[in-house]
Amino acid sequence: MPLAQTATSVPVTVNDDLCIADKGCTVCVDVCPLDVLRIAEAADGSKTAYMKYDECWYCMPCEADCPTGAVTVNLPYLLK
Amino acid sequence: MDEILDGLTQIDCDILVIGGGTAGPMAALKAKKKNPKANVVLLDKANVKRSGAISMGMDGLNNSVIPGYATPEQYTKEITIANDGICDQAAVLRYAEECYGIIRELDDFGIRFQKDQNGEYDVKKVHHIGTYVLPMPNGDTVKKALYRQLRKARINIINRYMATRLLTGEGRVAGAICVNTRTAEFLVVRAKAVIMGLGAAGRLGLPTSGYLYGTYENASNSGEGYAMAYHAGAGLANLECYQINPLIKDYNGPACAYVAGPMGGYTANAKGERFIECDYWSGQMMQEFYDELQGGKGPVYLKLNHLAEETVAEIERVLHIVERPTRGHFHAGRGTDYRKQMIEMHISEIGFCSGHSASGVFVDEHARTTIPGLYAAGDMANVPHNYMLGAFTNGAFAGMDAADFIADVDFADFDMGTVDAERTRVMAPTKRDDGIPPNQIEYKTRRLVNDYLQPPKVTAKMELAQKRFEEVREDMEQGMYVRDSHELMRALEASTILDCADMAAAASLYRTESRWGLYHNRVEYERDDENWFCHTILTKGEDGKPAHRKQDVKPYVVEIAEDEKDAYYKQRVEPSVAAE
Ligand SMILES: Cc1cc2nc3c(=O)[nH]c(=O)nc-3n(C[C@H](O)[C@H](O)[C@H](O)COP(=O)(O)OP(=O)(O)OC[C@H]3O[C@@H](n4cnc5c(N)ncnc54)[C@H](O)[C@@H]3O)c2cc1C
Ligand code: SF4
Ligand code: SF4
Repeated sequence: MPLAQTATSVPVTVNDDLCIADKGCTVCVDVCPLDVLRIAEAADGSKTAYMKYDECWYCMPCEADCPTGAVTVNLPYLLK
Repeated sequence: MDEILDGLTQIDCDILVIGGGTAGPMAALKAKKKNPKANVVLLDKANVKRSGAISMGMDGLNNSVIPGYATPEQYTKEITIANDGICDQAAVLRYAEECYGIIRELDDFGIRFQKDQNGEYDVKKVHHIGTYVLPMPNGDTVKKALYRQLRKARINIINRYMATRLLTGEGRVAGAICVNTRTAEFLVVRAKAVIMGLGAAGRLGLPTSGYLYGTYENASNSGEGYAMAYHAGAGLANLECYQINPLIKDYNGPACAYVAGPMGGYTANAKGERFIECDYWSGQMMQEFYDELQGGKGPVYLKLNHLAEETVAEIERVLHIVERPTRGHFHAGRGTDYRKQMIEMHISEIGFCSGHSASGVFVDEHARTTIPGLYAAGDMANVPHNYMLGAFTNGAFAGMDAADFIADVDFADFDMGTVDAERTRVMAPTKRDDGIPPNQIEYKTRRLVNDYLQPPKVTAKMELAQKRFEEVREDMEQGMYVRDSHELMRALEASTILDCADMAAAASLYRTESRWGLYHNRVEYERDDENWFCHTILTKGEDGKPAHRKQDVKPYVVEIAEDEKDAYYKQRVEPSVAAE
């Protein structure tokens, strides 16, 4: 059974202007209990954190521990 | 990150603690304290810094036994009654006697509890009979303080490894097999003793939102503790006593009456009337909640809108910062202001957790399971009404006993064939070119759990569940497909969830009576003390399916008078009072 490309909106967003993943920060990726955040590298080599997997417990360590306040946790659409 | 690598490393340690949430860290600390030479490894699927139920802190200690407010005997009595008599009191009594010492230690760690003007602990009444709730208005400090202690004690922490199976040999525990959640590489840990603190099985039923991770429990607690104990041959007790909670509808987290109750909040029906006398979570209370809905008097709410502004503001401050801070976002999104509207509640999906029930991996008062050298503590062990302080205290018992256990033993030999077989099982979904992704296997299992296992329980429905689970298992074993190591973690969780679903159905069918209110409400059967005043113990049978036996409840050390036995069934508010 081949897979489909069904879209899903993710609850956690990262403000690219504030994120300092470029400087080696991975705090939000490290602390997330569900391990759903990753660092993306753009074509120009700049890096930012993003939510890769829509599997969030809306628990907040990512937002609370981010040193620059770049992360916002919203509630997953299905339950908000 | 996330690519699938092929690799296997083996390490040795004296004591392996699996699960770095609440019970695990305390177990590791106590083992190390008792035997500073011991090599203690604390391994977690997530990152110990922010893992487990207490990831963002806690609102309070739900079950503290504090001199001046309660005695260990009173507490033991209350928990026995709340559990419809099915509990081995020795473990509850030991907890009750020693938890105060643990509170003092936590206090020394820098975790702050509510105190009155005289500097004494300010304990509140939430339970039906006694006074045991100690608020933690600054409860966000818990995990950080604990983590500092782990670093100080130089505990070896291994993050992002998921334990999948225990190793046994020579009739005792030999270690565990773990998989890296970001590379799929294997880690075989040989250990003389293993302590499990893997938390609840929080992803068993499907939340009504349909969101797989919208659970009460930390969603990384998918139930491996139960599945690993089962496959290793340990006994699991009373799994038919499900956990079902009264939660904020859709948000599916605590509202939380334990915080609001002592300040004047209460559970109410649609008319704003109080219908239960006690907001402490129990099967009997959940039955009343269910009956209120069936009687057309719902929805059920948490009512705070009659309280004074400063009280509401204080409740808000606690509930929106600590434990589940997104509660505040949720209410804001819905336009719910505690001052004006009541908070809509619902009955959660089912799970396994000893927090408010008597279920879990069977342990004695030393946290020993039925396998020598293997311990369990916290939500996955069957000491009833553990909560956070129970996880800490029983974790401490496990750590101390394990430190003694390893003094006299070497590593147990185990069959390397077990490791090879586990590698084949784990990696199977990576060997296919397409198939069914783990989220669909999981969704279907959990939806079937809701359809057929959610109480009230009906025999024919539970038998159908077993058939459907077998079909899903066939699909999972023959066709599950993953593309990276993260998905592989989800695939392993899907298989755990299916194991737990099988155990839930089998255990519920075995106990042919009703008990524990809604938790094991079997519509065809009444309560039957003559035949079922006992534990049920589930093990893995010769045929690889759940096998069952009855086990006597150990003679009580604290007697329960005949007229006290059913106190938890006297929850309903008399109509005249409700009308006030
Ligand atoms: C929302 C919420 C509110 C609560 N409020 C209160 C309260 O106010 N007061 C109170 O006393 N109690 C409260 N409780 C209960 C209390 O938090 C728990 O009983 C207690 O924290 C459980 O501890 P534990 O060690 O068993 O599990 P956890 O602390 O959840 O730890 C389990 C650990 O196991 C890890 N793990 C899971 N699977 C694997 C695997 N396969 N391999 C490796 N590691 C794994 C997890 O990552 C996690 O770190 C609450 C619980 C919840 C969920
Ligand atoms: S913690 Fe904040 S700054 Fe660091 S990577 Fe994440 S979003 Fe970027
Ligand atoms: S809210 Fe929790 S689960 Fe969601 S991304 Fe942040 S840390 Fe991870």
